[in-house]
Amino acid sequence: MRTLGDTWDWLTDPAHWAGDDGIGHRLQQHLVLTAVCLLVSCLIALPVALVLGHLGKGGALAVNLSNVGRAVPTFAVLVLLLLTPIGAWGDGPTVVALVLFAVPPLLTNAYVGMREVDPDVVRAARGMGMTGRQMLLHVELPLSLPMVLGGVRIAAVQLVATATIAALAGGGGLGRIITAGFNLASTPQVVAGAVLVAAFALAVEGIFEVVERLASRRAGGRR
Amino acid sequence: MTTPPDDCLARNEWICGAYLRTRRHILLDAVLQHLQLVTASVVIGLLVAVPLAVLARRMRRAAAPVLGVTTVLYTIPSLAMFSLLLPLYGLSATLVVTGLALYSLTLLVRNILAGLRAVPEETRQAALGMGYGPIRLLLTVELPLALPAAMAGLRIATVSSVSLVTVGAVVGFGGLGNLIYAGMNTYFKAQVLTASVLCVLIAVAADVLLLAVQRLATPWARARSR
Repeated sequence: MRTLGDTWDWLTDPAHWAGDDGIGHRLQQHLVLTAVCLLVSCLIALPVALVLGHLGKGGALAVNLSNVGRAVPTFAVLVLLLLTPIGAWGDGPTVVALVLFAVPPLLTNAYVGMREVDPDVVRAARGMGMTGRQMLLHVELPLSLPMVLGGVRIAAVQLVATATIAALAGGGGLGRIITAGFNLASTPQVVAGAVLVAAFALAVEGIFEVVERLASRRAGGRR
Repeated sequence: MTTPPDDCLARNEWICGAYLRTRRHILLDAVLQHLQLVTASVVIGLLVAVPLAVLARRMRRAAAPVLGVTTVLYTIPSLAMFSLLLPLYGLSATLVVTGLALYSLTLLVRNILAGLRAVPEETRQAALGMGYGPIRLLLTVELPLALPAAMAGLRIATVSSVSLVTVGAVVGFGGLGNLIYAGMNTYFKAQVLTASVLCVLIAVAADVLLLAVQRLATPWARARSR
């Protein structure tokens, strides 16, 4: 119980919020890193998944990539990249490792979502004379949007979690508070950092929950 | 005076046979620790998950809280999870095992519950009509039929645990992660690559092993697909 009190004291000490090592700056680093990586991963994965899903090709690739992604430890990839020439560009290894881990769930969900669109609807759209591009953008994409968004949500939460591991390899972000706490043998700081990271991850999960509800309500209203 | 050896260790190459030869015992110890941590956490996760899933299936009101709590646990990043458990267990293997077991719990509860829910109502009614009690129904009809879904969850949980153990290096119990962590600090390329590859090999081997167990345990599934 004493740890809880100490953690609270650590968190409410204004000195721990200010400066380059402060919570404010670490939170900002974490947010920027997560957002940039999510954007890059979406730009890479979604177009590929939507086109493959539309054509109905590459399913095995999309699904297996996801399984391989789970078997490869993020931490190992991060350290491997750090020891290659990429390691010289500051946040480079972190961004590459994070994008590598966010792409599989995005790809798999978007692909599966596209394939699960009712084939009758697709045939009807083709019968109405829609081009492939029109079908993709106006029929298949809107119908598969819940699955696509589900993938973005998984990727976002995974990114927040994985960005924490970057701190083990000397990167920035909230994980740094935890690793610094370990080095100082300060349990209150370690727990405070963990609480912050967990709260951040849960907040991201919560935001996506709200976005998905709104999206499905809109889709439901259109019917 | 002897000249320093000019081998791949001295040149710090990624792939190095001399490393494998000289550090065989270190690697073996790390692999053993890795396997122990994964096995312990998945077994504990399974022991907790089965009753929870059965409870959620039997009592409608229990389903939402059980799924909610396990999902929230899964959202907590691994480094944070290990750190949050620090005041409870200190720097110990128990800490890593508990953290990983909590992650496995989410995947296992979800899959076992999905499997139990997928048991056809007619099957349950038929068993009840034959005079099966609730426990016999659960043990001889529902759980076996839920096995394929449960095994799918078990495979995902095991593979994820194998990769997440590495983060345990932060408290000194990370199996192969310890070697990666140490290799990072000393720029020891061969050690980082070897340990990483071993991690992936363990994950793949565990997955194949569980797939084989699943096929042996559910002979009816094979008969149907033939």
